[in-house]
Amino acid sequence: MKAPERYYDFQKDISGCGIFGVIHKKRGLIGGAMPIAAMTCMHDRGNGLGGGFAAYGIYPEHADHYCFHMMYDEEAAIEKTEKVLRAYFDLHHFEPIPTRRTLAIPNPPTFIRYFVTVPERPVNEFGEQGEEDYVVSVVMKINTNIPGAFVVSSGKNMGAFKGVGFPEDIAEFFRLDEYKAYIWTGHNRFPTNTPGWWGGAHPFTILNWSIVHNGEISSYGINRRWLCEHDYLCTMMTDTEVVAYELDLLIRKHGLSWEMAAKCFAPPFWDEIARMDENDRELYTTLRATYGSGLLNGPFAILVADNNRLMGLNDRIKLRPLLVAEKDDMVFMSSEESAVRDVCPELDRVWMPKAGEPVIVDLEG
Amino acid sequence: MMATKRKKKTLTAGSTYYKQFNEEIRALVKEGVTDFTLNAVNGQRYIATALEGDLTFDIHGVPGQDLAAFMRGPYVRVRNNAQDGVGNTMDNGRIVIEGLAGDVIGYAMRGGEIFIKGDVGYRVGIHMKAYLDHQPKIVVGGKAGDFLGEYMAGGIILLLGMFSDKPDAPVAGRSLGTGMHGGVIYVRGEVPENQLGPGLHAQPVDSDDLKVIEGLVKDYARELKLDSKAIMGENFLKIRPFSHRPYGNLYVPC
Repeated sequence: MKAPERYYDFQKDISGCGIFGVIHKKRGLIGGAMPIAAMTCMHDRGNGLGGGFAAYGIYPEHADHYCFHMMYDEEAAIEKTEKVLRAYFDLHHFEPIPTRRTLAIPNPPTFIRYFVTVPERPVNEFGEQGEEDYVVSVVMKINTNIPGAFVVSSGKNMGAFKGVGFPEDIAEFFRLDEYKAYIWTGHNRFPTNTPGWWGGAHPFTILNWSIVHNGEISSYGINRRWLCEHDYLCTMMTDTEVVAYELDLLIRKHGLSWEMAAKCFAPPFWDEIARMDENDRELYTTLRATYGSGLLNGPFAILVADNNRLMGLNDRIKLRPLLVAEKDDMVFMSSEESAVRDVCPELDRVWMPKAGEPVIVDLEG
Repeated sequence: MMATKRKKKTLTAGSTYYKQFNEEIRALVKEGVTDFTLNAVNGQRYIATALEGDLTFDIHGVPGQDLAAFMRGPYVRVRNNAQDGVGNTMDNGRIVIEGLAGDVIGYAMRGGEIFIKGDVGYRVGIHMKAYLDHQPKIVVGGKAGDFLGEYMAGGIILLLGMFSDKPDAPVAGRSLGTGMHGGVIYVRGEVPENQLGPGLHAQPVDSDDLKVIEGLVKDYARELKLDSKAIMGENFLKIRPFSHRPYGNLYVPC
């Protein structure tokens, strides 16, 4: 690509990505207006090349079905994908994801959502796998085999909405003001070294996992090769994708707790391990030895969610901002305090978590 | 130097875009306004940035990134929390924050004071430097994250650890003063040795140090309506570079 004419006259964008998340601990439903307003407050942390949201609790009438949010870059991909979905799943319902025409979003791809379940005895190459592994395999199959088709999310009672634009424009496009969720995360993108395209916007997801990320994962190469050995194939051309798959591998498949997974992403330094008591020393040495290829090197502030939890985590030397705030049954996590104050001016507590220490908030009951 | 004539103005930021808001402030400064009350500020970046002279800003709300960056002279009071990058490379003036503050406060600061009541984030006071009577000073009433005073070349950081939201945390994070080759970091109470950067040791303060600390605490306590005697009622430690030019031989051994 050639540099634009007189590029040196352009104002420099000074920015980093912006993230925001909110969880209502009692499953109280929060309208889309809140995360949209918070992300709008952090408009200048992005540059219009990516915005997105993840929402939990939005499909209660289909809560037992995996919901595939599909993005299609070309017409031909639709037929091919639907053939695959019908062959591998029982398809209960599908519909276009409602969108609104907006001036800010020219030429969007096509979005359709499918509510599916895994057949009792599937007869195909994934037939021997457990249910969730089976779903992951179909996601990988679509992403790698069908040109122009991308799985945006594949969890139950949740969905991801993302694309090229500022988050408020993406929200307008997907009519997110019409949704209610008990966990929301949002992302405003400032792409640094990967393309700003629809699939590359955050959140990244697999099954119920979603992640939004401010920063850069310098270990992307090694993480990606390691995931490839475990049959997770990266197709979105953005470093953050590895985190979604690592969460699935470490927590769902290997049975690690969220805390331990966070310690694989951002392990304690060796000198800290040396000062621990014997049990912890052995634990953290083993974790680093076993999951060294899963370590996330580079700056990050991430928000991770599934249907029951929201977690915020910084890299171990805190190269990106992250703030946590509480108000009654709601907990907020955000790049900037102003985004939280914008949607909730009075807060019970505000603090900045320690680098490498996860902040985990569970639903009650 | 007090300006002969003071002129007051109250502005409401609300959701005004930061560029427009700052343009308005700068135009008013040109018209001779000296004392600003800024209401309903929320996330507007660069407030008071690069402004010079005898101006005051009374900020209600949470201002955005790089508050008072490159500032030379004005007085800024934030009646809430502040975000990241407060006083970036500031030259002179005073910033008082009544709540907590984020990361990289006072980055490469070369003069003036930043007084924070509560906790601060990571990399506060890194690259601070002094020249002749230009001595930048940061006082943190709460606790600090990692890399406090990293690469510090001059000035004073005073860390009190008193008004913190984190009772179990050490007063400062890891790598305190790493790579410092000038200036001094004073800490009230104890600091765990393994939080210090390589080669650094905390030493007891002497009477000259105490005089400096006392003067600073007096100013700090007055600005934040705190009891300076209570603050002084504890021992202080100091952290200084471990030699005159600790890194002189790093690249060119003599």
